[in-house]
Amino acid sequence: MEKFDAIIVGAGLAGLAAAYTLASEGVEVLVLERGDYPGSKNVTGGRIYLNPVRSLFPGLWEDAPLERYIAHEGVSVMGTSDSIRIDYSGDELRNSRQSYSIIRSKFDRWFAEQTESKGAMLLTRAKVDDLVIENGKVCGVLTGGDELRCNAVIACDGVLSLIPRKAGLSTPLNMSNCAVGLKEVIALEPGAIESRFGLDGNEGAARLFLGQVTSSLFGGGFLYTNQESVSLGLVIGIKAAAEDMAVSVPELLENFKKRPEIACLIKGGSSLEYSAHVIPEGGCNALARLYGDGIMVAGDSAGLALNIGFTVRGMEYALASGHYAARAFLKAREKGHFEAADLKLYQDYLEESFVLKDFRNFRHAPEVLDNPRLFSHYPEMLGSIFREIYTVPSGSKGNLFPIIKKHMSAAEVWSTLKDLWSFQKL
Amino acid sequence: MVDLKRSLELSKIMIDESVLKAKLGLNVFKPGKDAHIKIRPGMEKDPRLKPAVRLCPAGLYTENQAGEVTLVIDGCVECGTCLIACGMEVLDWNYPEGGVGVQFRFS
Repeated sequence: MEKFDAIIVGAGLAGLAAAYTLASEGVEVLVLERGDYPGSKNVTGGRIYLNPVRSLFPGLWEDAPLERYIAHEGVSVMGTSDSIRIDYSGDELRNSRQSYSIIRSKFDRWFAEQTESKGAMLLTRAKVDDLVIENGKVCGVLTGGDELRCNAVIACDGVLSLIPRKAGLSTPLNMSNCAVGLKEVIALEPGAIESRFGLDGNEGAARLFLGQVTSSLFGGGFLYTNQESVSLGLVIGIKAAAEDMAVSVPELLENFKKRPEIACLIKGGSSLEYSAHVIPEGGCNALARLYGDGIMVAGDSAGLALNIGFTVRGMEYALASGHYAARAFLKAREKGHFEAADLKLYQDYLEESFVLKDFRNFRHAPEVLDNPRLFSHYPEMLGSIFREIYTVPSGSKGNLFPIIKKHMSAAEVWSTLKDLWSFQKL
Repeated sequence: MVDLKRSLELSKIMIDESVLKAKLGLNVFKPGKDAHIKIRPGMEKDPRLKPAVRLCPAGLYTENQAGEVTLVIDGCVECGTCLIACGMEVLDWNYPEGGVGVQFRFS
């Protein structure tokens, strides 16, 4: 029977970060990945923020195969037949290169190679079927009928968290704290991407879309420019979509692509791939228990993704949590014990880091964003106001102020103030 | 008559199937020996399955005239939406065996 120091389930960002950190310290670590190659089962909207994780992996980022650095941010509020867009760009976005568009099948494969070059072992096409648990302590995994033993398992098996569940560490997943993201990657000439989005060289653009694109349900649309493609997709709350009988999720994406605001951006492009994935969006209240006897949980598997409206982040938390799980493993290894009491250090590290600080700071985000007015009422109202402002009739044009006043009844003002008040929790 | 009305309603909200089939055809999909997600026997008419018909991004769930939900696994993108929406009690849900199923190349 083979025995390893550590076994990591899943070669996504959390798993590879853990393996990279452990292998760098000479730990005998095995990563098991069910796909043909790392990244083959992974889906992202498409943007990673580097600032929080740069220092955790020194020397890794210079050659990383990322796509374009995001120098242009845009948000569109979409009504049924109109839209309002705000763009933001600034020197600090151009100079700091804080975030990049990313294609996971490319990046994860490369990250796995770096991890292997540090000495980690990677086994692909290997699905972990179960944990080996003795006297309440996780001491290995079952894969393809083989029992592989280790001092501790780091479960990085993604949002459904099937492996931690076997050790009783499940995240409380349900319809109300999960969204589904779906996306199409559409090939375009780099020149077309640069001219359509006003990009200089390797600059990239990120666009968010709120309102009618999700049939006014909780969620939004996104578009990220890659080097030779764009990632276009939607995120929709599963509970909201389940309750609205008129919504077909795949059709929403088709309708989104047909919107004139989008159609002109992807015109002439050819679709390369269609992907989808569940996203954990419960925030602070939907986190898994992060450790047990002989096991730690990292990345999406621990519920470490955070939607705060303008940004939806998960990949930095995956990288950081994998790294800190590895650091906790190294400390436990010095003592030669891997019980829950020894691995608790993992939670302490996360509490001290940006990871759980972010989750605590934005603990009210899910309830603030769970406000139907944000996704239906405001987009339609703003569209109506701007339509009336911009329209020049054949006769004389009315004064502008009454247009706004018409939409701002006392009840409306009161509701708007209440919504604004709720934002103070963000 | 009721059935006709119902199927008309269903067809209105369903995406043009050929569009979705063409999109799924872009993906590399390696079929396995056995379906990795199965509707548990006797649960075909369970109301908890119904949301999957509209929610599955690959449109793999359909409801027939008799009100039974059926699942064709080919093209599954392994997103997990049906597991979250319907639950383990009506679905026998597993990932495919290693090296089987969708293999994303551009996502």
